[in-house]
Formats: sequence, structure tokens, C-alpha cells
Amino acid sequence: MERFEITLPSLHVSALQQSALCGVVSSGNLEVMIEANSTPESCHFEVNTSADGFQDIWRAVLADFSERHKVGGLNISINDAGATPAVVSLRLTQAYEESQEGSDA
Amino acid sequence: MSDVKVFDQLFGANQHTVRVDGFFLSGSAQVGGQPVAVMGTWNAAPMDGDLALAIAAEILRVVEADVGQAPRPIIFIADTQGQALSRHEEVLGLNGYFAHVARCTDLARRSGHTIVTLIHGEAVSGGFLAYGLLGDIVCAMPGAQVRVMDLRAMSRVTKIDFDRLQSLAKESPVFAPGADNYWRMGGVTTLWRDGSEQDWPNLLAAALTEAINNPKTDARHQLGKERGGRTLAAQIGSDISG
Amino acid sequence: MHNKRVSFFEATARTRVSTLVDSGSFTEFCPPSKRFTSPHLARLDAPVAFDDGVVVGSARLDGQPVFIVAQEGKFNGGAVGEVHGAKIRGLLDRAAVEKPVAVLLLVDSGGVRLHEANAGLIAISEIMRALMATQAAGVPVFALVGGSCGAFGGMGIVTRLCDEVIMSEEGRLGLSGPEVIETVKGVGEFDSRDRSLVWRVTGGKVRRALGEATQLVDDDVAAFREGAIAAMSPVQRSANDLATLKQQHATLVQRREKHAHTVDGIEVWRQAGFAHPEGVAMLSASAFNEQLNTSVAEVKS
Repeated sequence: MERFEITLPSLHVSALQQSALCGVVSSGNLEVMIEANSTPESCHFEVNTSADGFQDIWRAVLADFSERHKVGGLNISINDAGATPAVVSLRLTQAYEESQEGSDA
Repeated sequence: MSDVKVFDQLFGANQHTVRVDGFFLSGSAQVGGQPVAVMGTWNAAPMDGDLALAIAAEILRVVEADVGQAPRPIIFIADTQGQALSRHEEVLGLNGYFAHVARCTDLARRSGHTIVTLIHGEAVSGGFLAYGLLGDIVCAMPGAQVRVMDLRAMSRVTKIDFDRLQSLAKESPVFAPGADNYWRMGGVTTLWRDGSEQDWPNLLAAALTEAINNPKTDARHQLGKERGGRTLAAQIGSDISG
Repeated sequence: MHNKRVSFFEATARTRVSTLVDSGSFTEFCPPSKRFTSPHLARLDAPVAFDDGVVVGSARLDGQPVFIVAQEGKFNGGAVGEVHGAKIRGLLDRAAVEKPVAVLLLVDSGGVRLHEANAGLIAISEIMRALMATQAAGVPVFALVGGSCGAFGGMGIVTRLCDEVIMSEEGRLGLSGPEVIETVKGVGEFDSRDRSLVWRVTGGKVRRALGEATQLVDDDVAAFREGAIAAMSPVQRSANDLATLKQQHATLVQRREKHAHTVDGIEVWRQAGFAHPEGVAMLSASAFNEQLNTSVAEVKS
């Protein structure tokens, strides 16, 4: 297991409607939890992954995500069990959209 | 082969009527001067539906016999290798037979019967869950083996290297088989030490007194926390139920 | 409310909860933001989950207050560890005090989590006691079984302690998994790769015909919802008293006599009065229920 943290600059999210949790920790999958943090101009990522040695790829995926979405002011925590970058991006987007919804779907 | 001399040592020779019938045992005895009912499994019993029904029937018989008078304490003997493994038992719903024994045990408790479990030999998995682990007080006799699964099988299922499991087992009471690990986690109340045979009648009387005096709620999470084996269970329970 | 069918089998625990209860009514207890992850999994270098694989909380079902538990079968086989088990026990303890109309237990579990075997076994025993205490306090507990892990091991025992057992055909309920039986007793005893055999031993249709399950529903969250609502309707539930347990005991004795040599669900369906036992696996849930009720009516008349 590898654990690392990254803080990336991002545009401030207009409002965090609710904290959100997406995905399941099973082989090839991951869960993403989104909560509010106290730094509106940056997003703090915490990654726990069972696939060792892919930090560079994680940084690239998370940097891409922070550029495409307004995630400043958010804490994004991840438990990963070997998901591909595509699945990681998908889950991040799903969690983000859920956190922006006004009420439970 | 479990030795019936154990009953003489526990209850006094010629002072009990405990009889073994294959994998099932039952009878009456005296503990600390009061009459008790004794029942359970013997000889590393593989617990199938018939054995579950035998235990349930005996519990119901004792509860019914004591309606309208002081409910006798019940001494459970747990000596089981766990559930019988068979397709026939599975089709018939062995899990349901075990649930029935558990319900009967709960009825006995609600009807005022104090329940003390003595682990003799093995107490494994489903066979232990069905009745033994539900006792108000659980005592592990010398040589008792308590576990969910042996380490080799566990290594196969979890795909964790056996040698690694073995070395981790030494530092962690959480998954390693052993009565003392269950003691630390609050599942076993008392460990009876090797060589304590002379003392068994007194130890059993003390266990019964403690069980009678304790509140009838399940405090094992508290015990696990006090003994340091399970620190989170109590905290989370409180977090939810306040 | 929900126009398209949501497969209960495929859905995650959280999706099952949010689509089963009244829209927006779910409040989670001990939410994932509390980060009560398993230290025992971490020590064995296994990935953790923020909710340790189980969601618990309160909600409304058809306007009535209920408590709900949903195990995530895709996380460690829905298996019960220290944290996971404590969440379920804590919820049941709270139910005994707050007395919702019912507790819904969405079981999807192989039983004890081996990585924390001892903690898991004790936790399941605590769940058993808490469940029976909740029932003694007048709150019924319903098991809903329809996920990929089914309800096995200690959770198979917990399921049968419940007042109602609602299953889909896809659901399975038993004690020992087919692989375990095959490993110890050989493929002749149980070929775990014979899927249709596996379902003829522990699947929803066998359980319903045997009386181990009280309802058989479609693999649809809406169907499970309707089943749970129906189970909540005012009914005189018999207390778990001596008379009731003696009756249940007699039924279990009778079953062993009736099925002394049964090793296949086809025999169960034959004895339950199905005209074509070999075809039962093909029946829809409603056709199955219709035929089951017809044969029961015939037996009673």
C-alpha cells in the first residue's frame, strides 16, 4: 500500500452542497470522498492505493482533474484498489457532480 | 477423544447425571449448591441439523420444566469443530437450525435462566456462534482451542502467505486462533489455567455467581476495550447509539 | 418514483439504500467522513474503505420511520470485521431504544472477515444478541437478500433470526459456501462450479419453497421496497415465546424427516407441490409465487 498527499491550485468551487462518496473499494475500482476544506484556492488530495509505483500517473490525473473543474476549497480522499486512470477520472467526476447536486438524487 | 472424567472433575463424582450420547451431552448437576442443567456438544462435534435440534430440544425442555418455579442455571459445554460440511445440510438450511438454537438460548435467558458456557476442546465458528458464544459468561477450560478457521485454510482463502500470517499472528490477537486472543477481545470471560482441575468446582461456582450478579446486557464490547483487544467496537457503538 | 428497473444484484449498497427508501429520507449514522477504517486490514496491507463496507442509518419507508443497514458485497465480500460489525450492532441497539417501525438489514456477506477473524466472530455474536434484544423491544427486523455474496456464514444465521426474509431468485442463503464444502469434502459432494446446482441448493426459489425465506421478489430494488412495505403492514407477530419456539422446532424436525435424503432443490420443489420441479428455475418470480400459493392452498384444502 502506498499513501501520499498532493495539494493543487484550482478555481474555487462555488459551493459544496454536500459531502459525497462515490465508488467501491474492490479490485480495479476505487472510492472517492469529497468534503470541504479551509483553503478556497487549492484542492487537497489524499490517496491510499494498493498499486505501488504509480505516483507520477496519479499526479497527472489529479492535475488534469483540478484544471478541468473548480475544486478549490475541497478535500478529496481516495481509497484505491488498482483502478486504471480512466476509472479514476470517471469516479472523481461522479463524486464531484454528486457533491454539487442540490439534493439527494 | 474427550474424556468424560471431566464431568466428575467439574461437578463431583456421583453428584451429576451428565451423559454423553455420541456428539451430544445432557444431564443435571449441582454448582455452588444449586441445581443446574448441563447440555452441549462433545468430542469435537461436527454440528449438523440433528445435533442443533438436540440442543434446542433440551433447552426448551428445561425452560418448560421450570415454568412457574425458579429457573435453573444452564451450563453449556462447547466442544465442536464447527458446522457439518455437507450439501444435504445446506439444502435443508443448517443456518436456520443454528438460528433456532440461538433463539432458544435467548428464550432461556429472557425466562430467567443464567447461562455459563464452558469451552472444552474446540469451539469453532458456526458451531460456537449457535449457542456457546451466547452465554452470559464464557470460560475456556485448559487446552481449549477457539477459532474461526485454522491458519492454513485462512492463508488459502485470503491469499496471504502462510509464513507471513503466522508471524503476524504472534503480535495480533485479531485473527490468530487461540482462547487467550478471544479473552483479550472480550469474547471469552475467563481463562482456566493448566493444572486447575482441583479448583474447577470453585471456578465454576464463581463463574455462576458472577453471571447471576452481572446485568443481563451484552457488555463484551466494553470488556474488549478494557482488555485492549478491541478498541474500536465500543467507540463506534457509542457513536451510533449515543 | 423510479421509472427504470434498478437491479438489486448489480447495485452498490449506497444505491440500494437511496433507491429503496423514500426519496431523500436517508440520514447516515457514523458516516464515512468519520474515517472509521479498519486498522486490521491496514496492518495486513489490504485496502480500506471509509465506511468499512457497511452503510447504516435512519430513513422513511412509505412515510414510516425505519432504520436501515446495507452491506457492500463488493468490498471484501461484505465480510464482517470489527468496525463493520460494531456499526450494525450500534444501529440495532439504537433501534431497541428509538423503536422505528422496522429495521431493514440488506445482507450481502460471506460472514466473518478472515483478516480480523476473532473480532468478526465476536461481532456477529453481538449482532445476534442485539437483534434479538431489538425484537424483544417490539421492533421487527427484516432481512433483504439479493446481492452477489448472498448471506452466508454468521450472516446466514443472523438472516434467519429475522422476522422476514425477502429474497430474489439471484439471492442465496446458507451457512457454508460451496467452495469450502468442495475443498474439504470433494467435488462429488458439491461441484462449486455448477452454478445451477449452487442455486438449487441455496438460491431464493429453494429458500422460499422451504419456508426459509418469507417472500420471493424480482431482482428490482422497487420489488424489494414493495416487499418491505408489505412486511411492515400491521400484523400480529408472535412473540418468541415458548409456545412459538416449540412450534418452530416441530417444523424443523418435520423438515428433516420429509427431506431425509434431499441433496438438490428439485426435490424441495417436488415436495412443495410444483407440478414441474425441473422447470421451476425458469419461472418468473410472480409465476413461481402463484404456483407455490396454489400448491399450498391445495395442501391445506
